[in-house]
Amino acid sequence: MSPSTDFAQTAQQREAARTIFERGAPGRRASHLPDMDVPTRPRDELLPARFRRAQAPKLPEVSEPEIVRHYVRLSKRNFDLDSGFYPLGSCTMKYNPKLHERAAALPGHSRLHPLQRPERAQGALELMWNLQRALAEVAGLPHVSLQPSAGSHGELAGVLLTRAYHEDRGDARDIVLTPDTAHGTNPATVTMAGYRVVGVGTNADGGVDLDDLREKATDRVACLMLTNPNTLGLFDPNITEIAEIVHDVGATLYYDGANLNAIMGISRPGDMGFDIVHFNLHKSFTQPHGGGGPGAGPIAVSDRIAPYLPVPLVSRTETSVGPVFDLVGDLPKTIGRLRGFQGNYGVFVRAYAYICSLGGEGLRRASEVAVLNANYLRALLRAPGVGEYLATPFDRHCMHEFVVSGGPMKRELGIRTLDLAKRMLDFGVHPPTVYFPQLIDECLLIEPTETETRETLEAFAQIIQEILAEARSSPETARNAPYTTPVRRLDEATAARSPILRQPL
Amino acid sequence: MADEVYPEDLRYHREHDWVRLEGDEAVFGITWFAQDALGEVVFFEPPAVGALLSADTSYGELESVKAVSDIYAPADGEVVAVNDGVVGSPELVNSDPYGAGWLVRVRLTNPARLDALMDRDAYVAYLAGLDQA
Amino acid sequence: MLAAIGVDSIEDLLGAIPAHVRMRDPLDLPAGRPEQDVFAHLRELAARNTSADDEVTFLGAGMYDHYAPALIESIILRSEFLTPYTPYQPEISQGGLQAMFEYQTAICELTGLPVSNASLYEGPSAVASAAYMAKLANGRPEFVVSRGVHPHARQTLATVAHGWGGRVVEVDLREGVTDPDDLAARLGPDTCAVIIQQPNFLGAVEDLTALTQAAHAAGGVAICSADPLTLGVLEAPGNQGCDIVVGEGQTLGNRLDFGGPSFGFLAAASDHVRRMPGRIAGETRDADGRRGFVLTLQTREQHIRREKATSNICTAQALNALAGVIYLAWLGRKGLPELGELMLQRTAYARARLAALDGVELVHSQPVVREFAVRLAAPVDAVIAACQDRGINPGFALEHDYPEYPGGLLVALTEQRSRGDIDRLADTLADVLSMFATSVAGAEASR
Repeated sequence: MSPSTDFAQTAQQREAARTIFERGAPGRRASHLPDMDVPTRPRDELLPARFRRAQAPKLPEVSEPEIVRHYVRLSKRNFDLDSGFYPLGSCTMKYNPKLHERAAALPGHSRLHPLQRPERAQGALELMWNLQRALAEVAGLPHVSLQPSAGSHGELAGVLLTRAYHEDRGDARDIVLTPDTAHGTNPATVTMAGYRVVGVGTNADGGVDLDDLREKATDRVACLMLTNPNTLGLFDPNITEIAEIVHDVGATLYYDGANLNAIMGISRPGDMGFDIVHFNLHKSFTQPHGGGGPGAGPIAVSDRIAPYLPVPLVSRTETSVGPVFDLVGDLPKTIGRLRGFQGNYGVFVRAYAYICSLGGEGLRRASEVAVLNANYLRALLRAPGVGEYLATPFDRHCMHEFVVSGGPMKRELGIRTLDLAKRMLDFGVHPPTVYFPQLIDECLLIEPTETETRETLEAFAQIIQEILAEARSSPETARNAPYTTPVRRLDEATAARSPILRQPL
Repeated sequence: MADEVYPEDLRYHREHDWVRLEGDEAVFGITWFAQDALGEVVFFEPPAVGALLSADTSYGELESVKAVSDIYAPADGEVVAVNDGVVGSPELVNSDPYGAGWLVRVRLTNPARLDALMDRDAYVAYLAGLDQA
Repeated sequence: MLAAIGVDSIEDLLGAIPAHVRMRDPLDLPAGRPEQDVFAHLRELAARNTSADDEVTFLGAGMYDHYAPALIESIILRSEFLTPYTPYQPEISQGGLQAMFEYQTAICELTGLPVSNASLYEGPSAVASAAYMAKLANGRPEFVVSRGVHPHARQTLATVAHGWGGRVVEVDLREGVTDPDDLAARLGPDTCAVIIQQPNFLGAVEDLTALTQAAHAAGGVAICSADPLTLGVLEAPGNQGCDIVVGEGQTLGNRLDFGGPSFGFLAAASDHVRRMPGRIAGETRDADGRRGFVLTLQTREQHIRREKATSNICTAQALNALAGVIYLAWLGRKGLPELGELMLQRTAYARARLAALDGVELVHSQPVVREFAVRLAAPVDAVIAACQDRGINPGFALEHDYPEYPGGLLVALTEQRSRGDIDRLADTLADVLSMFATSVAGAEASR
């Protein structure tokens, strides 16, 4: 194995970055608008001068070929999932089937106005209804709202639902518990929903510290936010006990669905005792990540939370001419809307296509293979040549992802996890998540997903082994990596001290 | 970046803040250990001049690229000056933590409080203890 | 693989899951199907929707049927843009990061403000995000919101503000625009922010300068939700005193998609930059001195500041925002004002044609750019349905969200609706209204 030449220094990739605003020439343009086909009236009669824009925005002045060439060049300065292995922990970078793009592009889906009357959007509403039902089945919770736009948005919905539930019972509570392994979104969400965060510790097996939980679970606690398997990739076997502790003090149990890819069809959050679940359709259900979005974060809830669900919801009524679907907005106890319209429907189309393709059996199989792949890669990384430098902190099988600690590597070889990650870039793979969860020293969080082959996993382990071997003789190679990428390590400190957030024009 | 030193003439707080007594005023900053842990400092959120600081509580924030740290007052006092040099060039905290990288000047309201702080040797021993933990 | 792991079966790997929370039965979902069957099913569902290709539509009210040039899809469907995650490794994400930087530049230009983030979920939640920034800025509890702001944005704000203890009070409209006297009466020491939409939900152009002055006099933050494609002809809200400008980005090269995904934009005055939610790209240099881009000011964000973060948002709608900046480059410096002018004239034409019909009167006579409201002398839902049966979607029924405008119809124009389409709308509406007038007259005659 040698460093990849994917980014090899072609002139295009190494050329100085120029923005779209630095291309083109005065007066040049790509668009040609339809003719002014109506009789024109004096400008000031239609729009008084005081409302008129004095100086037009300085948008680019470029031709269509220039735009295409510019963005195709930019695209070649991106690494992507279709080009190589992307084992980014907690992000579930599974393959995005191409069918989904074709289906989502059908005009009946992509050109459907969100305020089209429900009678004329029956196909879309049926799709949403079917997706609600499928997600309810996967969650083991009967009621679903598709509205939230992302996982973090689903979390906000979940904590606001918790607030509504307690307030409706006249129960004033002010604390939400989050484990110290939690995704950063959990505590951030808690604050936005007006609660105070109290952390819960982790036990030696990587699960929730039950004694700590018992001590902190008081009648002031509104909710415990948990992901299971957690961000260490470990399933918490005490989940039922955790649920009992939480429910005994009248709090809700919230499931952060970021790690759902481990358990689809194997175990259900609802059966574990969770009241509220959010899904990441861009993780478990293959919506392409798009460089950071779009996604969707539907939620599933139990009966006692259902009255508060955000609106609109899709309803189904059996009639003499078959089922009729509608949007329901006037629920008396709803927390209200979380965004405009019905949610990220384009994402629903892709997630639904995925569920239709796999079926229940296929979803279970996907999770099983995700667990198998993670454990296989973990075993490869425990082998001599790697295992001495990357510690696997918990002596248990992992679920769909696992953590390793670069602590020994830092001590023995003098290179940090960041250096290892940067050197991987030269080998044409995306590094795992680094420095999260924070309680693992020099952490790498590795999630291979079910769509990677055995050969890919073995090649990845081989790359790590080579980087570590190289670091034994020349640690500075990793410390100064990468070398073959469109740019090398970037000065983030200067970017933050003296931010340049737009191009001066 | 500066070498690891802990000057004799300072008193130290367990949250890695230092204080230098100058008459009835005092200067606060963070130690070499603290700036090293934080990494390249990129932003200083100072308190307002005139703000009343109480010992052991946060009076401002320092940010590096990927971390935020509260800064703790080692003693009680009223802010009489903020180091605008650090506001404009936060990297001074890294390059000269005990000199140009000072953070605030304070009129102490309870100078006796300084007795509760560590001297150099005690702080160095405290750091050694952290390292073992 | 199992042998390398040291187990006999996958089942052995799942031992941590207690038996009583294991599924005994398979998921109750239809069996998986081959690609062609799934596509056929999704095509069949699509066929039961009336899309903007199936009728001549004047429906807007927040999302609009603009033409998205073909080059947008050819670029954003490239794997290199479609399939990466958030750019955590900037050395191999320069394409996405530079696109964010270009996007931020374009949004700053549109809004007349110096800083922009890399986009938010969509328009209405961007309004709520702006409100949360204002709350972080001055800590006051009350949001004074014009009823000219999109109903979904007002409802979204009410939902999330309840969480952090904010109150929402609404300001009435008078003659189609935010009533300055009612606004003045609602401002006070509790006012955190004033929120206005430009043009407002009824299509009317608001006097932002006067409204922001009132907001500032009360010590509040001035927030505007703006339609970006009107900003070629309308003054930039940032030049009229607004501190934060947000809006819905769907019209910038994105699909209708039954409501999403699109993106929301958010730009602000410089002193708000450290309170902004979401991702922000910044320019810097690499180890060899080469220009490059990174995610910056990350200490605002949830993955570092956790419970003290400025927001829980950890995504941008990067792909949708990319479509946005490509669209703006395509439209170009000349095209944006031209498009605004075209909408202005066609909207004026359509407004005059409809106002001339029997049974139609204007809800207001304020200046409009792309959308206007009329009142029908017939049940508006039934009129819309009858027009749709004739292949014309005349617009949005106002009365469900605005009981103060019974019979109200909101009509939207884009460059895709020609004079011929407008004439057809007028003729169809005339037909349908006369049919209702006849049936009412008939019913009265027979009484």
